[in-house]
This record gives sequence, C-alpha cells and structure tokens, in this order.
Amino acid sequence: MKKLMTGNEAFAYGSYLHGVRFAAAYPGTPSSEILSNYARYPGIFAEWSPNEKVALDAAIGAAYAGTRAMSSMKHVGMNVAADSLFYAVYTGLKAGLVIICADDPNMHSSQNEQDNRNYAKFAKCPMLEPSDSEEAKQFVGTALDMSEQFDTPVIVRSVTRLSHSSTPVEVTDQEPPPPEEPPVYERDAQKFVMVPANARRRHPVVEERLKQLAEFAESTPINYIESGDSKLGIVSAGVCYHYAREVFPDATFLKLGMVYPLPEKLIHKFAEQVDKIIVVEELDPFLEERLKLMGIEVQGKDIFPMIGEFSPSLIRSSAVQAGLIEAPEALPEIKSNLERPIRPPMLCPGCGHRALFHVLRENGVLVTGDIGCYTLAFAPPLNAMHTTGCMGASIGVAHGINKAGVKDDVAAVLGDSTFLHSGIHPVIDVLYNQGSTTTIISDNNATAMTGFQEHPGTGKTVQDRETKVVDPEKLVRGIGYEKVDICDPYDIDKMEKILQDHLKSEEPSVIIARHPCVLSTREKHTPPEVDPEICINCGVCLDIGCSPLVQEEDHVRIDTLLCNGCGLCVKVCPQEAIIEK
Amino acid sequence: MKNIDFLMAGVGGQGTILASNILAEVGLQLGYDVKKAEVHGMAQRGGQVDSHIRWGDKVYSPLVEENNADYLIGFEMLEAARFPHFLKENSLALVNDYRINPPLVNLGKAAYPSKKEIEALILERAGKVLWIEGTGIAKNLGNPAMVGVVMLGALSTLIGGDKEAWLDVVGRMVPQKFVELNKEAFNAGCEVTA
Repeated sequence: MKKLMTGNEAFAYGSYLHGVRFAAAYPGTPSSEILSNYARYPGIFAEWSPNEKVALDAAIGAAYAGTRAMSSMKHVGMNVAADSLFYAVYTGLKAGLVIICADDPNMHSSQNEQDNRNYAKFAKCPMLEPSDSEEAKQFVGTALDMSEQFDTPVIVRSVTRLSHSSTPVEVTDQEPPPPEEPPVYERDAQKFVMVPANARRRHPVVEERLKQLAEFAESTPINYIESGDSKLGIVSAGVCYHYAREVFPDATFLKLGMVYPLPEKLIHKFAEQVDKIIVVEELDPFLEERLKLMGIEVQGKDIFPMIGEFSPSLIRSSAVQAGLIEAPEALPEIKSNLERPIRPPMLCPGCGHRALFHVLRENGVLVTGDIGCYTLAFAPPLNAMHTTGCMGASIGVAHGINKAGVKDDVAAVLGDSTFLHSGIHPVIDVLYNQGSTTTIISDNNATAMTGFQEHPGTGKTVQDRETKVVDPEKLVRGIGYEKVDICDPYDIDKMEKILQDHLKSEEPSVIIARHPCVLSTREKHTPPEVDPEICINCGVCLDIGCSPLVQEEDHVRIDTLLCNGCGLCVKVCPQEAIIEK
Repeated sequence: MKNIDFLMAGVGGQGTILASNILAEVGLQLGYDVKKAEVHGMAQRGGQVDSHIRWGDKVYSPLVEENNADYLIGFEMLEAARFPHFLKENSLALVNDYRINPPLVNLGKAAYPSKKEIEALILERAGKVLWIEGTGIAKNLGNPAMVGVVMLGALSTLIGGDKEAWLDVVGRMVPQKFVELNKEAFNAGCEVTA
C-alpha cells in the first residue's frame, strides 16, 4: 500500500522498519519531525537530548552496545556534533549508526546554507542522499547495513525540500527485526579509546575503509545510469535529480544515491556514453570538483548558481541561458508592478518575548541575541536585538563586548531550550572570568520555534513520560550565581526595575523572564477595545509589533479575530485609550 | 491522466497545510502519482505559507514550475497576488475574499492593494478569478479555521472526481470532533462553484 509521507516521516519509518531501537536528536528545522515521528513507534527508545553533540554521543553509545541507532539534526546541528562524528569514524561501532542531517538551502529557517556534503569528505564518513520519501525510507536501511558491513557511521543527507515534501511511500506489514537480548558490551579499548597510540592505529583503518566504500559505491544499486539521449549527460543526486528530470526529460542520467565516496569507474563509464556532462547540484560544487579532479570535463556552477535553492524553473532558465535547451514558448509577461508588501513571520499575539523586548528597547539595551522565535525581535518595529549567530552565542558575545569596555548597557537574551542546549558553559565562563554580563533567559517553557518539542526544562520526554525538571534558576545558583531574579515580563514595571538593577550591577547575573508560550497553553482573553475618542493615533502601541493592532485614518483598531487579549498594548498606551474588557 | 499542478498560498494559522495535505491525499485516492512541497519554519503564525501540490501519471519534482500551475488557491488576497507568474494561460484562480494585513500595512507604512488591482494582476495569466467568501462561509458554520475545506469544496466541483472520495479524505484528515462540521463546510464550498 502506498501512503503519502514527508521525507521526515519516511526517515522515521525507515529507521523503525530497519531495526533502529535507539534514537536521539535536538530539534532543528527542517529535521525536527524525524525524531518526533520515530518516537511514536512501539518497542523503541527515543529522546530529545539537550543538544546535537549529546544526542550523537548517546547514539554512538547505543551502537557501541550493539543496538542499531539513529541521530538526526539540522545542518548546523552537525557543527555542534562534529567532534563526536569525527571520533566515531575512527572507532567504528558494533551495530549500525545512521546520522540523518538536513541542510537548508535558501535558509528558510537557518543562519547559513552550509553544504554538509563537505562533512562526509572532511570526516571521511560515507554519505547517502535520497531524492524522495521512498528513498528516504530505503536509504536508512542501506545506511545501517553499510554501517555494519564497513564498521563506520553513515550520514544520510536531506534538504528542506525532501524533509518537508510529501511523496508516496510503500508501506508494509513487515515487522522490524527482533532485538538481540540482552545486548552485550564487548570491551575493546584499543578500538574505542582514542588516545594517540590507538588513534594512529585506527587512521589507516579509516583510509582503507574509504577505498572499500568506493568499491561498494561501484556496485550498489542506489548509484545508476538511466540511458537516454547520448548528447547530454546529467549527474545529479537528491531532490535536484527530480528537478533535472523535468527539465532534461531526454538526457542520459547518472543518478547518485551515494555522494561520498564516489563510484569513479561508474562515472568514467558514464562519461564515455555521453558527449557532454552537466552536474546539477545545489550549493557547493561538491560532485563537480571531484569529477574535475578525475580529469572529466564537466560544467556545473558556471551554469547553475552556488547560492540558494534550486527549482525546476531555475534549472530551466539557467539551462536556456547556457544554450543547453530551447526556451519554452513564452507566456505574455506580467506587466503589473503592483506593490505587494512583504509578510515576514512575527511574534504571535500574546507572546511573552514581545513584552521583554519592549522593555529592553525602552531601556536602550544593547542585546546580544540567540536562536529562537525571539530572534524576530531584531526586526522593525521592535528593533531590539543587535547580534545573533548560532545556538548559545548570545552570552559569550555579551561577555566579550563587556570585557572590551563599551559604555552601553549589554544583555544576552536566549530562550530556555537554547539555554539548556548551549548556554550553560558560557554562563560558567562569565562567572569564572569575573565578568559582569546580565544573561536573560526568556523562558516560555517550550522549544517553540521548531514546533513545541519537550526539553529538559519541561518535565516531559519525547515519548510523553513524566520526568525530572531541570530548573534554570537552581542550575545557575548551583554554578555560583548569586544575583538571580525571576519575573513575568508582562509585569513591565517590575521587569524594568529588575533589569536596571542587574545592568547597573558589577556582579554577573541572570534574569529569568518567564511567560509560557501562549500557543502551548492556548491562553486567551477577551480583546481590549480602543476608544477612538481618546486615541490620538500616536503609534506607540504599534511599536510593539503586534499584528492585531491596525492603524486606521484617525485611530488604532484591534482585529479581534487575531487578538489574544494579553493586554500588553493596554499597558504601553500613553493615552490610556485601550481599555481592557 | 492529465497532470494537474496546484499552488496554495495563505498566511500561517489559516490551515493551508491541512488543506494541502487533503488535496494531495485526494490525488492519491483518485489514482494519481502525487507530490507536495511546502516550507514551514520560523515563527508559528503570521508568516507566508505556500504549498505546491502536483498530480500526474508520473511526477518528478515536488515543486511546481513557473508558468505551469493549473490552479492557484489563495487563502488570502495578497498572498494570491504573489504567485500569478506560476500560472499557465487560461488557468484558474480561486481566491478567498479575505484580507490579513501584513505588519507594514498595520504600521501605516505600506498600502494593501485593492481587490480590483489584485484581480487585474492575476488575470494577466489566469483565465478567471473566482472570489469565494471562504472565511465568511466557514465563520457562519462556526469556525473560520475551516476556510481550507470550503475552498477545497469549491475546487472539487471544478476538477471533478468522485465527491465521496473527497469527502472520505476530508473525514479522515480533519480533527475527529469536527468531521461532520467539516463535511458541511466542504458541501458549502461545492455549492459556490456548482
């Protein structure tokens, strides 16, 4: 039976079907739904780890212990987990380990568009790249088998358009293989303790393994030639393969399911069959460079862009420009240049972050920010965040700015989940190195931006089990922070008082600005009303950037369908023209 | 089987994704190969959501190619106005007669285009724009969030295919508590275009 599944659902199903019994991840768009879907299958263990490195270490441990394991992450999560990836390639494992990482070309929800195929080469780790959900399911199985056959982790690469697209998947009644009971840990320090002497012995193993994997790549059915017109040969992998099939329906294709290491003999064979070779790949010229090193004449990035996401439209227009194909019959050009104002994502009505950033802006604070919904506070009209780099960067950056000696009041702001992901080490740094940084944890009790996943502060696991709550207050006090305050940012006056006290203090400090995410609590109140007689249309309320507030000709109106009734606008209105109901 | 490419455009929170899931599933039930793509990230609500759904004998790309869409289904007027370049000639646009201001408009720093301007823009490609009181109809039935199902009802009579197959998928995919209400919403949508 065929069922429509997103790439992420298929990764989860493939993991279950192929005997993965342990999986760990930290949420990150576009990878988050891999673990949340996997967690629903019976007889397995799944966890949200505090960050990707911990997740990968845990998956490595399970695989050391003879249990098939999976860890999933977004592309930048791989940066966090990289240290663990590199040692696991040296040690190898006992049971299969698959690492599913999802790149985000065009940065739909990311801070960069790094091409993680480079990690395969860098870490000397084989990588597969499925092109649709059916392959996503199957390739997880291939990866696990390869992992066991060659004693290495295997990366399966996704991209946003695979993870979040739905395509048919063959669903069977087949049960996953039964677990080995009970698992036995085989102690082998020479293989698993990477001190220099052992690591030196392991490196040649890694190099030899790559040669064997390259041989495997020649014969695996996931790399194949689709014969067509011999005038044009297209090399492609992943979802780009499907775009290219639309644009070059008659060409001969080399479809690569395995992008590292490459099947060089197969590639040479392909090159002999066609007059001209074009590589269609998003982001970096990863395949193109390898083919060029092999002495094969190819074109790729001189035709298609290195930046952003591909689409059939983009491939067609690039191919027409390069003279590869005829231009399709032109449709009449759209002449209207109607202005269509953009619609950026916004903090939701009733969001606690808004109240906090309102206070920060009103106090002129230089805010080093972090990754989460609250990053949106950088945008107009809030304009209240001044740096954002990666998970957990806010605190270290604020500490550095403080130590550099600027006069501004500086605060680091990050969310509760981000704090637990990578904020703990930097608060230790501030304390240890006699910094004065004020760290504000904007605690909404959720990993909201990626879809409300549980985290160590919520008291629930991904499998919906009650568990211990890691309380950020106790945590920072335990580390040695003495100046710690908790405040609901909707209490604007109190929030401001605490903020000023902390900013003026020479002591390192933490403020927990606590207001649960309204989308998880579904808290809603009666919308307030604007008295048009009192409202002078000054626009102060509009500066909090709340979508239900609409500027009309001579007063502000509240869209009651969108309003959450949180009352922040009531508090900020200098004319007291907005009245609570 | 003829290939049919759909583009859906709306605002986060309007139910665009559920509607696109239903439309994809209906295609599968009617015997098509189906692919669907959308992007959902960043904040949960209020941003643009656009969804590509493709039915065909054999579908490769999950993304619809520009100049090729048969139907544009706009859940919000301005969002519909962003995609006429995806439409083929004589294609059809179904647009919910509903406006959600983007932030710049609320701040008085940009103008929301008029319905007439939007219609003229879409008609540069589409053969016809059908304005549908989707949110209004859904609201009258008790829940504006059913706008997607109303729009699908309107679309269904234009595409054809066994109505029961559509209703069956709607019944399976909407929240169980609201199956009957959603079927009512679907039928109300059918009546608009029947």
